[in-house]
Amino acid sequence: MAIDGSLSVRVNGEHRRVMGPMTISGLLREIGLDPHRVAVERNLAVVPRSRLPDTAVEDGDDYEIVHIVGGG
Amino acid sequence: MNAPQDISADSWTVAGRTFASRLIVGTGKYKSFEQNAAAVEASGAEIVTVAVRRVNISDPTQPMLTDFIDPKKITYLPNTAGCFTAEEAIRTLRLAREAGGWTLVKLEVLGEAKTLYPDMRETLRATEVLASEGFEPMVYCVDDPIAAKQLEEAGAVAVMPLGAPIGSGLGIQNRVTIRLIVEGASVPVLVDAGVGSASDAAVAMELGCDGVLMNTAIAEAKDPVLMARAMKAAVEAGRLSYLAGRMQKRRYADPSSPLAGLI
Repeated sequence: MAIDGSLSVRVNGEHRRVMGPMTISGLLREIGLDPHRVAVERNLAVVPRSRLPDTAVEDGDDYEIVHIVGGG
Repeated sequence: MNAPQDISADSWTVAGRTFASRLIVGTGKYKSFEQNAAAVEASGAEIVTVAVRRVNISDPTQPMLTDFIDPKKITYLPNTAGCFTAEEAIRTLRLAREAGGWTLVKLEVLGEAKTLYPDMRETLRATEVLASEGFEPMVYCVDDPIAAKQLEEAGAVAVMPLGAPIGSGLGIQNRVTIRLIVEGASVPVLVDAGVGSASDAAVAMELGCDGVLMNTAIAEAKDPVLMARAMKAAVEAGRLSYLAGRMQKRRYADPSSPLAGLI
């Protein structure tokens, strides 16, 4: 954690700085995403939707946030 | 031929789910969500394939496929398109299951970008892992009857041999191997990839396949909605032709009108 309490994370390959403490639900809200329409992977492990509100974002976390799109 | 008495009751079952339509369509490459939805409607498909991709975090309010094709009415079949290793495919489907609760999935693990041919070693490994984790994988594979058997043993709920390379529209290149897969399989067999026109879809069904999966043949037609209708008719015609049992081929002509009574 930085001296100002901010957390450095990666979201879909892009660096992002957020203010801690923050949960994954909070992170999704800040980005503007509906938790019911996405799936979240944190450091290569899927985070169940039910755990998003009580899982803390930690400095250095790597997130993949995906959704369903058209495909063959 | 085990032709059912009532053709209208002809349905197929995969992993305990029964469907009347034997056509599965993709949802990629369409000009718009509206056109995509109209094509799905015209195709009569009850299953559509979908992909799992990163959310665009700089513009999270873009319209979504689910706003146009209702997952409560149409079964979504998440795929692993674009995955080149078992690990990538497994990761993708774990996320898909979390995104929508889907366990019936389409597994494809590709070997190279040029041909998009499946990597069967990775595909087999991924099938085993997915089955052990409670997934019901319908598996894209080479048109090889032995590979199809191995996938079935590994837990594939359907085997989906290619007719020709993905997106090529070249039609079914090896009818012999597709037929051998159908004869040997105890799970549904669907031709996945390579269909270009309605006649290709009919051929797949006449070989005894349980269904056909296609995307580009409809999406890249000049009129995708009309082609979707054509594919629906072709799959039905091919299925009926298979059930009816075709005539034997002859080397030479055999007149249809009686020879007796000729003036």
